[in-house]
Amino acid sequence: MSQTDLYTLAGSTLFVIGLYGLMTRPHLLHKVLALNISSAGVFFVLVGIARRIPGTTPDPLPHAMVLTGIVVTVSSTAFALALAKRIFTETGTAALDASDVDVEEDAGG
Amino acid sequence: MTWETTALVGAVGAPFLTAVLIFALGEHRDAARSRINLAGAALTVVAVVAAAVAARAGAPDAYPSAGIALLDIGFSLRADMLGALFAVVAGVLWLITTVYAIGYMSRASDRARFFGFFSVCVGSAIGIALSANLLTFFVFYEVLTLATYPLVIHSGTPAALKGGRTYLTYALPAGGALAAGVVWLNLIAGPVEFAAGGSLDPALASTHPGALIAIFALLILGVGVKAALFPLHGWLPAAMVAPAPVSSLLHAVAVVKAGVFGIARIVLEVYGPLGHELGVTQVLAALAGFTIIFGSVRALAQDDFKKRLAFSTVAQLSYITLGVALASPIAIAGGIAHLAHHAAMKITMFFTAGAVSEEVKAYRVSEFDGLGRRMPLTMTAFSLAAIGIVGVPPVAGFTSKWLLGVGSIDAGSGWVIAVLGISSVLNAAYFFPIIHRAWFRTPKPEWAHGPAAGKPEGDMRMIVPLVMTAAIGLAMGLLAGVALSPASWAQTVAAWEFPW
Amino acid sequence: MAEWIVRQLPALVILMPFTAAPLAYLLGAKFGRPIALVSALLSQPLALLLAIRVSRVGTLRYEVGGWGGPLGIDLVVDGVAAVMVLVTTVVGLFVTVYALGYFGDRERYRFFWPLWLFLWGSLLALFLSGDIFNLYVCLELVSMSAVALVGLTLSREALVAAMRYMLAAILGSLFYLLGVALIYGAFGSVDMQTLREVIRGDTTGQAALALMTVGLVLKTALFPLHFWLPPAHSNAPSPVSAVLSALVVKGSFYILVRLWVDVAQTAAFPGASTVLGVLGATAIFWGSIQALRQERLKMLVAYSTVAQIGYLFLMFPLVTGGGPAAADAWTGGVFHAVSHALAKSAMFLAAGTVLARFGHDRIEGLGGLSRRAPATAMTFGLAGVTMMGLPPSGGFVAKWQMIRASIESGQWWWAVVVVAGGLLAAAYVFKVLGPFFGREPEAMDEADLDPGPSPWTMEGAALALALGSLVLGVLGQPLLDLIMVSAPALVAGVTP
Repeated sequence: MSQTDLYTLAGSTLFVIGLYGLMTRPHLLHKVLALNISSAGVFFVLVGIARRIPGTTPDPLPHAMVLTGIVVTVSSTAFALALAKRIFTETGTAALDASDVDVEEDAGG
Repeated sequence: MTWETTALVGAVGAPFLTAVLIFALGEHRDAARSRINLAGAALTVVAVVAAAVAARAGAPDAYPSAGIALLDIGFSLRADMLGALFAVVAGVLWLITTVYAIGYMSRASDRARFFGFFSVCVGSAIGIALSANLLTFFVFYEVLTLATYPLVIHSGTPAALKGGRTYLTYALPAGGALAAGVVWLNLIAGPVEFAAGGSLDPALASTHPGALIAIFALLILGVGVKAALFPLHGWLPAAMVAPAPVSSLLHAVAVVKAGVFGIARIVLEVYGPLGHELGVTQVLAALAGFTIIFGSVRALAQDDFKKRLAFSTVAQLSYITLGVALASPIAIAGGIAHLAHHAAMKITMFFTAGAVSEEVKAYRVSEFDGLGRRMPLTMTAFSLAAIGIVGVPPVAGFTSKWLLGVGSIDAGSGWVIAVLGISSVLNAAYFFPIIHRAWFRTPKPEWAHGPAAGKPEGDMRMIVPLVMTAAIGLAMGLLAGVALSPASWAQTVAAWEFPW
Repeated sequence: MAEWIVRQLPALVILMPFTAAPLAYLLGAKFGRPIALVSALLSQPLALLLAIRVSRVGTLRYEVGGWGGPLGIDLVVDGVAAVMVLVTTVVGLFVTVYALGYFGDRERYRFFWPLWLFLWGSLLALFLSGDIFNLYVCLELVSMSAVALVGLTLSREALVAAMRYMLAAILGSLFYLLGVALIYGAFGSVDMQTLREVIRGDTTGQAALALMTVGLVLKTALFPLHFWLPPAHSNAPSPVSAVLSALVVKGSFYILVRLWVDVAQTAAFPGASTVLGVLGATAIFWGSIQALRQERLKMLVAYSTVAQIGYLFLMFPLVTGGGPAAADAWTGGVFHAVSHALAKSAMFLAAGTVLARFGHDRIEGLGGLSRRAPATAMTFGLAGVTMMGLPPSGGFVAKWQMIRASIESGQWWWAVVVVAGGLLAAAYVFKVLGPFFGREPEAMDEADLDPGPSPWTMEGAALALALGSLVLGVLGQPLLDLIMVSAPALVAGVTP
């Protein structure tokens, strides 16, 4: 198994962990964090790909993509958090479906 | 553009333009709407007559045409003699119906909507008549389906909405079948233009016999609903909830004749001799024969006047289908002539139904006792139309039945004579009692002395049109031998339709 | 000057809304409105010129900033891209005109203008993107501005719908990006023109295409991943609903088409296109039946979108065999996207007029609407003709091509789906039209709320879109031809 494959595998695992969190955790903050974990997984794969031909200079293009991706993720996370906060103020819960769980208590304030 | 193509495009365009203007005017400007509607209808009459003249001049193979590219076939119009006949019938009767409808609808609500969609329906019917190919035909056919719906449910009552649903339940799946048939046929045979004597390559009968039979079934299923062919007729009696002008022009002329006209185009100008070779027209003829008897028997049992007329229409439409399905130019002429003849007579009868229901609130045959005294002109016109449908000379119905009878022997289908005979007896059995009640039964006391002194027997905007259409029906029969009568016109067309 | 404009067209058409967006934000609602209108009007000749240019000379390639690949961004305009730009621009204009009346200059909706212009620009950038990574960025831009627009009213339902939409959208983008990463790793490029030659159907190629497809299907709301669409599209303000259903879902679908029919066609699993077709057929039935069960107009229209999206996916099994069937399926699918865009935006705008005027959109309370708001009832009816796929409408032309492709490719069962789907559409369209033409409800308490007719610009804009979807059915041939300009090899019948 090459170094790139290892990174791809690890990144994909992170992606799946994030996906699992997104689907199982009702709290919106958890969902947003889960998506962040997934994106980290994807970036991991991209960074690993830059070194796909051993012994050469790393390819800068995937790095540029990761940078772009991080910019996109930071802004969409900020937006998602703002939206989640607004939902909490409007509905008193931070979940998509208010009947899901008592999310207030594990919201941590 | 030459005057021929101008007339062609104008004949289809004028009603649609009228519709747009009517919608734009809105609900409250009645006088302006009536003027525009009458002007539009008059313009349409001029255009369809001009198109017919052009068609006759160009016959049999230099018809004026116009079109644009669309899909692999093109959206194109053509004024040929067969189409021009239907277009003239629809156009002229629209003008008369407009006068009638202005009277009939004077107290109804949603008049802008009514007259707007009415114009769309007429435009589509003329478009159907003047379509040069199946794609164009289908486009107008479906516009007609949709534009009729608001008219059927015009009153907005639950009963009307139910009638509308029944109508759509029949008409929309039929449209789907028609679409599938048209697409499939175009794939097998290439772009299909209508042509007298059939447009399919005879070789197809041996290479694709199964597909051609299936396509024929799909196409007839599609147009058979509007032609009220058994067992697709159920929507027509249900659609009688519509206001009288709709029943008169659309459900006796434009809509139902669009169906039989479609059958004529498909049988004569698409399949041609292939239809007989594949055996499909024989099946169609048998189905039409059954529908004639079936419709007549059902009409007998109806006390509701409009429903009795509707079942009579079911039967009469199949005369036309039967005529074009028989392998004889004489029978074909009879079928095509009946398209015009039945239009004039049946519209008179539905006009009568509307005039009677508005004037004396009688809706059932059993309420007609002595009506002849109260509304003499109306009932005279009705009686004339009724004996025409039964087939008594010299009214128009006789001519078409005569041609059909002779044609059936010519085609070697003697059984048709029996069908015609039984049906004429049945026609008499459901129409003569009405005539008898109107003229020979004791009237209600308030009817005994005729209309109130110094007053006409009803709204003259309704009486004059029905007298006119009855006169047209009589004239078509009396003058059947004259060169430009529908019967002679049909015989000219039929000679080209059956060159084999 | 003229020559410069023609050369810069691909960039100009995108820059127009992207320039107007920050201006509209900085100058506030008062100036946002005229800025949006001017931008919308100026975009029309640009998009039209672009379409004419493409139909004359074929594919246009534009290197942004002159950098060129692999680091620079290339814009590529072929027939289908030009068509999508054109439909976005036309729908955009009428939605803008409608929104002027709908939102007025109310301060709380001031963010509509910059967000909408931003969404507009992002969509155009997406359609013109030449590489699959840039497509990811555009997808995210589209999603973020769309999510913000859904939440614009700040009502509870709208916020929750926006959140649900956002989570689905981000997840979809990540799936897509993972696929992009795998493709770059295996084939060393993100440029679509290069990839077309080098992509292979090995495990990596298949895995990448599968990941991207899942992500895009989620964003396009194909059954069974449509859960986020009905709440988002029905709770958004109506001009936003119109844009979402008409254009935004077409964005991710557009990428799917690029991948499946063109770029990554060699990496497709055998039989996978049939799976997409089956999901599409299921969407048609499921969406239509759900639409029939709705009691609110906007929910009905939203479920209609779920159903109509299904037709788009019938394209995949029909193009795989190549030949004339592929060309018909291709034009049919794209034409359906176009006519649905016009008709669905018209329907949502009509629903918006109803909602704005009567304060509710319960179907049973809208009896006799054709009397109270004839133009709006007419709009709904005409747009319904396209939904049903009846002539003369763009929907009919699309379905004609699809039925043709089904018979040509020997897969007649898709033709049955197309026809049956049209009948189901008729059921839900007439469920609404019946009451519209019927009588007013007995208890007319909402008549008291009726503040009188809506501004004519609103009713007029919606009606214009509905008429547009009809006109396509008769005058659509130039558009059909444009869709075939520089079409993918599989479709155009040329061996690559």
